[in-house]
Amino acid sequence: MIRVREPGLLTTVQDLGRTGLAHLGVPTAGAADRRAFGLANRLVGNRPEAAALEITLAGPELELEAGGWVALTGGRVAAEAGGRPVPMDVAVRVEPGEVLRVGSVSSGLRVYLAVRGGIDVPPVLGSRSTDTLAPVGPPRLEEGARLPVGDQADGDLYRQVAPTPAVDPEPILRAVRGPRDDLFTDDALRTLIGVAWTVTPDSDRTGIRLDGPELERRRKVELASEGMVEGSLQVPPDGHPILFLANHPTTGGYPVIAVVAGRDLPEAAQARPGTRLRFRFVPVAEAREAAGGAPL
Amino acid sequence: MKVRVAGERGLLVEVEDLETVHRLHAALRELDPPGVVELVPGYRTVLIVADPGQAEALDELAARLPHLELPPAEAAAGATVEIPVSYDGEDLPEVAGLTGLEAEEVVRRHTAPEYTVAFLGFSPGFPYLVGLDPALQVPRRDTPRTSIPAGSVGLAGNQTGIYPTASPGGWQLIGHTDVTLFDPARDPPALLAPGTHLRFTVAT
Repeated sequence: MIRVREPGLLTTVQDLGRTGLAHLGVPTAGAADRRAFGLANRLVGNRPEAAALEITLAGPELELEAGGWVALTGGRVAAEAGGRPVPMDVAVRVEPGEVLRVGSVSSGLRVYLAVRGGIDVPPVLGSRSTDTLAPVGPPRLEEGARLPVGDQADGDLYRQVAPTPAVDPEPILRAVRGPRDDLFTDDALRTLIGVAWTVTPDSDRTGIRLDGPELERRRKVELASEGMVEGSLQVPPDGHPILFLANHPTTGGYPVIAVVAGRDLPEAAQARPGTRLRFRFVPVAEAREAAGGAPL
Repeated sequence: MKVRVAGERGLLVEVEDLETVHRLHAALRELDPPGVVELVPGYRTVLIVADPGQAEALDELAARLPHLELPPAEAAAGATVEIPVSYDGEDLPEVAGLTGLEAEEVVRRHTAPEYTVAFLGFSPGFPYLVGLDPALQVPRRDTPRTSIPAGSVGLAGNQTGIYPTASPGGWQLIGHTDVTLFDPARDPPALLAPGTHLRFTVAT
């Protein structure tokens, strides 16, 4: 068991999310930065579907009652256990009863903490993820909560630090035009890829709200609500796009001008308020290559 | 039918009307195309989402879509569900005032039609219903409530709906139902599905 001494700002249990239920209005949820999440699981030898903790900006204090192997990945953070510093991107041993203290995230936004065996809260609709939009899955971590550790590990521990790219302060995200690019003016399409957009503080796991120039529509027609994919750049009437992340609603009533490539969503998930994001259009084939070709 | 690209692993298929949406959704569920993980109906669209590792499968599917045989409307239609409602909502007097109808007439007109669940969205199990009597169209409340209890039945614009779970909202509340619309422990978790027919009755 892991006992939560301090929950941190927003710490949730996440895995790969719920699939196959979007037509019933159930969001996918799951880790916002799936690359960092996947790496954390691999470092401690977990199966890819094992659940880990997603930490936001300020980390928790956790007592590992039975000890265990842990790995921290994603945004950069200082952590210590039993008075020893805990390096990132490598499997680290925590002894029984020791307290793991995760500090404030210094670059990026979200940190993943995997424990060998996985966080074993009961799955709901096929996933252990906390849904931050709908009341589905386990609650966010609270002081005094105890989290069971499972047996979802069948791989080796990584005792060497995995190389990871530094957090890009002004990332350029690849995006595929559409499905509703024809509702926008040519100028709006040029503007989307021509300026740096600022991440606003009211961003969350649902989506990143972006500040910048207004993206104008060609016609003021009402769009009938339709299904939304992760990475969608939805444009509400104020003309400022919202980039949908892992916990986006299944449907939306505003047009989507472009969809960010899955490969670049981890960069989006690590963009804290104030970060400037840029976009560039790529064909579908290039977005797919990006998705398949990149090693974790 | 128009097939639009929704990112590297999504297709948004636009069709002429809601009935065709439900027929296409039924045909795709039956076909169960390889690599496809979600089929999400909207008012005029079905969104097809592939697993990230199998997105290439969408190219073949996109070519096949225009030739796909759709089941007849009757075959694609869902079950009919009755929702008993206690018409004791806080906003019922205001809705009566806004529509110029007696409260009893509001209830009569709300229970008269057979509604169709266009699709589910906004929150798990939340139905977007079509079929509301135009005489019952009222604006949203000026100030949304911070919490509306689960089971609340409301009106807003040309919409009527039921809140499956407690949530904030701006709809005019005319009643409530004890029917559980969404329960994660149930299979399927949502009582309603796209295409389900629905009637409101006066709870006794």
